[in-house]
Amino acid sequence: MSTLLLADHDGHQLKKATLQAITAAQAFNTPVDVLVLGSDTAAVAAQAASIAGVARVIAVSAPHLAHLLPEDAAAIILGQLNAGYTTVIAAHTTLGKDTLPRVAALRDVGMASDVIRIHARGQYERPIYAGNAIATIHSDEAMQVLTIRATSYAAAAAGNSAEIISRSAPAAQAGSQWLADDHKISDRPELATAPVVVSGGRCLGERFDEVLAPLAARLGAALGATRAAVDAGLAPNEIQVGQTGTIVAPELYIAAGISGAAQHLGGMKDSKVIVAINTDPDAPIFKVADIGIVADLFDVVPELTRQLG
Amino acid sequence: MKALVAIKRVLDYSIQVRVKPDQTDVDLAGSKMSINPFDEVAIEEALRLKEAGIVSEIVTVTIGASVAQDVLRHALAMGVDRVTLLETDTAPDSLGVAKLLAALVKDEQPGLILLGKQAIDDDAAQAGAMLSALLGWPQASAASKIVIADGKALVTREIDGGTQTVQLTLPAVISADLRLNDPRFVKLPNLMMAKKKPINTVTANSLGVPFAARQQQVRVSEPAQRPAGVLVKSVAELVAALKAKGALQ
Repeated sequence: MSTLLLADHDGHQLKKATLQAITAAQAFNTPVDVLVLGSDTAAVAAQAASIAGVARVIAVSAPHLAHLLPEDAAAIILGQLNAGYTTVIAAHTTLGKDTLPRVAALRDVGMASDVIRIHARGQYERPIYAGNAIATIHSDEAMQVLTIRATSYAAAAAGNSAEIISRSAPAAQAGSQWLADDHKISDRPELATAPVVVSGGRCLGERFDEVLAPLAARLGAALGATRAAVDAGLAPNEIQVGQTGTIVAPELYIAAGISGAAQHLGGMKDSKVIVAINTDPDAPIFKVADIGIVADLFDVVPELTRQLG
Repeated sequence: MKALVAIKRVLDYSIQVRVKPDQTDVDLAGSKMSINPFDEVAIEEALRLKEAGIVSEIVTVTIGASVAQDVLRHALAMGVDRVTLLETDTAPDSLGVAKLLAALVKDEQPGLILLGKQAIDDDAAQAGAMLSALLGWPQASAASKIVIADGKALVTREIDGGTQTVQLTLPAVISADLRLNDPRFVKLPNLMMAKKKPINTVTANSLGVPFAARQQQVRVSEPAQRPAGVLVKSVAELVAALKAKGALQ
């Protein structure tokens, strides 16, 4: 019995979410093999082999895996699964949530998505209704397939020298083809893993960046936004925080002019310290805030930036 | 080309979620139910593809008890051509949904399947990818733009930290994100007319695929409440409170 963990990486290093999934995978008390797929997996495989709790690294390099598509990733996983694996796990990132349902369907087993707690093999907690309820589910499947909500787990640390095994890739599938990625280049830390997030709502209007960016710069924070702010064109979609956007759990989350719709709260309420700045004392954001201030964000945010020096 | 749009009936997004006191499930009794918002976007996209002359017929399907007819009526009022209810009193899980839809695809032979990227009740986000895998058709999830030409779909999709463009050879399965479009407002006369249109009801069991949920829901509980916070009066107090919590590095 062992666990196969699909690594998510950028070609150079593992995403933090994968390190967090490695921690989650230890709950099964079986060896964890990390599967690294890419066009050149040497650096990422070496990093994976250095992570505590990793039994073996299986590296599959092929030119067509440079921009990994779920059809190819799932085919490779299925090809590995005859080797005593009883669990397939990944972080609930784009790659994990696109790929693991394919693996589950083709193995004819049910799947658990976005798991926040593993009680035992086959017994998981996961948020439903945008985190407004927590379901505990039970599965007797011989092959357990699950994705992990990364922010529920600490990242696994270095301190290992696991064996790296290279395997060859099956031929590329023909039905879908990668054309382009469009990632916004930013000096700020990545939203999903930033230790501090400064987030704003629609009421910031055209002054979204002007007001929030200096505070984010002072705190070394990522910028976040509500769905309403994104829909109003004030902020790009990739910084949308919420159940259907990016789920964050930073050390400090500053919500400026955010009322606290359930959809938004579902994406940030596991943050360690939440600050709410809003003129409406009845805004739901104050129910989850550790520190609240009922005031105009256009006064508070610049003054806070100034006082932090 | 025929488009198949799969939709789900869920607790309306505006309704406060309550957990039953016995913690067996969320309490839906008497609550307003609606079409899953992502699925409504999928319908709207099919309608726009039909208006552009790319799709010739739109078939909408849902799976559930007879009460699920209401979301099919909503789809008819939006303008889809035909609707099918795969009727069952036993709620399938995502794998069961994918199997039932795959069985229906054999009969309907669509060139394109559209559905929401996730349902806002179970938030599983599995059905589209599972259906794609079972059919052996290419997939694109969380689409924010779809362009169809020459038997291919050019799909811009929302991924972690940005967007990605992929090209799928049709037939394919595409799941919709909210940014794909703004669904049209359903006019009352259309809703009245939709009430007179036929609903093709098929017993889910008659499709001959096992669809019972493979996982049991053991318990549903309220999320842990955060301890009550403090309200501060000034920015100076806010900075002091942040320092006291060790939140400033």
